[in-house]
Amino acid sequence: MAELKGWKELPLGAVVLEPGSSAEYITGTWRSRRPVRDEEKCTHCMICWVYCPDSAVIVKDGKVQGFDYDHCKGCGICAHECPVKVEAHAVTGKPGKVIQMVEEV
Amino acid sequence: MAKQIVKALDGAKAVAEAMRQIEPDVVAAYPITPQTEIVQTFSQFVADGLVNTEFIPVESEHAAMSACIGASAAGARVMTATAANGLALMWETLYIAASLRLPIVMSVVNRALSAPLNIHCDHSDSMGARDAGWIQIFAENPQEAYDNTIQAIRIAEHPDILLPVMSMQDGFITGHGVERVEVLEDKAVKEFVGEYKALYSLLDIDQPKTFGAWAFYDYYFEFKRQQTEALSKVPQVVREIGKEYGELSGRYYDLFSAYELDDAEVAIVVLASTAGTARVVVRKLRQEGIKVGLLKPRLYRPFPGKELVEALKHVKVIGVMDRSIAFGSIEGCGPLFLDLCASFYTYGNGKGPQIVDYIFGLGGRDILPEQIEGMVKELLRIAETGKVPYRVGYLGLRE
Repeated sequence: MAELKGWKELPLGAVVLEPGSSAEYITGTWRSRRPVRDEEKCTHCMICWVYCPDSAVIVKDGKVQGFDYDHCKGCGICAHECPVKVEAHAVTGKPGKVIQMVEEV
Repeated sequence: MAKQIVKALDGAKAVAEAMRQIEPDVVAAYPITPQTEIVQTFSQFVADGLVNTEFIPVESEHAAMSACIGASAAGARVMTATAANGLALMWETLYIAASLRLPIVMSVVNRALSAPLNIHCDHSDSMGARDAGWIQIFAENPQEAYDNTIQAIRIAEHPDILLPVMSMQDGFITGHGVERVEVLEDKAVKEFVGEYKALYSLLDIDQPKTFGAWAFYDYYFEFKRQQTEALSKVPQVVREIGKEYGELSGRYYDLFSAYELDDAEVAIVVLASTAGTARVVVRKLRQEGIKVGLLKPRLYRPFPGKELVEALKHVKVIGVMDRSIAFGSIEGCGPLFLDLCASFYTYGNGKGPQIVDYIFGLGGRDILPEQIEGMVKELLRIAETGKVPYRVGYLGLRE
């Protein structure tokens, strides 16, 4: 975050003058659980990207790259909606889905 | 001075007439009791094609103010009207309108809050909203309600202010009371209010803005300080616009008006229509040689405490008349009394007149000249003896 401004310098009515400035606000610190993805078994169906309420699923050239942990709040919607089942997740080792939630440490 | 037409209008129709002349971009309102004829009359103007205003009938008063906020954030000139419980239902959104610095003008016809159910005049509705960050102006009669509505647009939209204005008149007494009202020509009103150019607009797609974002402990405090700063500039702007409106209409407006106050020993301080009744009493008692004066505040929020202290500091006893109770305040007093006492403590150098509060007129209870006369006699006794029998009294209440 930039240095905090005094009351005389701020726009009236707390209007935000710059579009897209929410990207500067790091909300990833709120997270108590984080999503992890089995990269090998991911089909890149984009369901997680569609459902993520914080646009925190990073996609490049039609492929899911991972999560933006600066802005992911750990809500777990991606893991809930992920339609691809696995017998043993590459990260957790547990049966379930390609995206699973693990405790933040 | 501009040409004017004399019309027989009640206070509600006088405000609707001003709204027709102002022709705001958007009016959002909820048309049910305790709404007044303002919205009914104005919606007829819309239906008849007399104005190009977008009229939005909504599902509640909360929605009415919410729609006003959205429209104002989009850059529109926005007006609405409400009363009593309708205003109370707007509670949350009142603060949002003020905090987003949206210059919405709302006409409030003062009526009592439930319970018991009552649709008649007192000031409990707008007094409940006195800390919401709105500018509040009280009118004595339909003429002032008309004039204040037009001036409110300029006050709200002034670049140093950008705050919403509540323009009050007394329910039924003024709202339904037909009187002689001098109405300006449409063109003169349109020229006086001018065109509104919003500082920021939600519809500015070239430079997108976000309204209503959050600010936590890191920034919230600073935005509240900004609001206080804007309110501190209101008295000066109200005076300037009141003078400019006077040059146009011949009716000059200030922060308050005084009657027979210069050499007064005791003074009555009262808002709105009751000031008319009090003036009659003052005139009568003056003929009997009694040195009584009257002060009628016009601007109530921000409270022009310094100016009122200056105008009243020479009197011995002040009788404040409050048409609502600030429940739980000292001795069960009213808000006007509280503000005046605080002003004397702040600006009076530790000195000041005795101030006694009289609660009156709750739920539309009539206030009679004899009752005000009795109050003045009591003020004179206090001035003579120095003894204050009680700090808060009641006029017209059955024991």
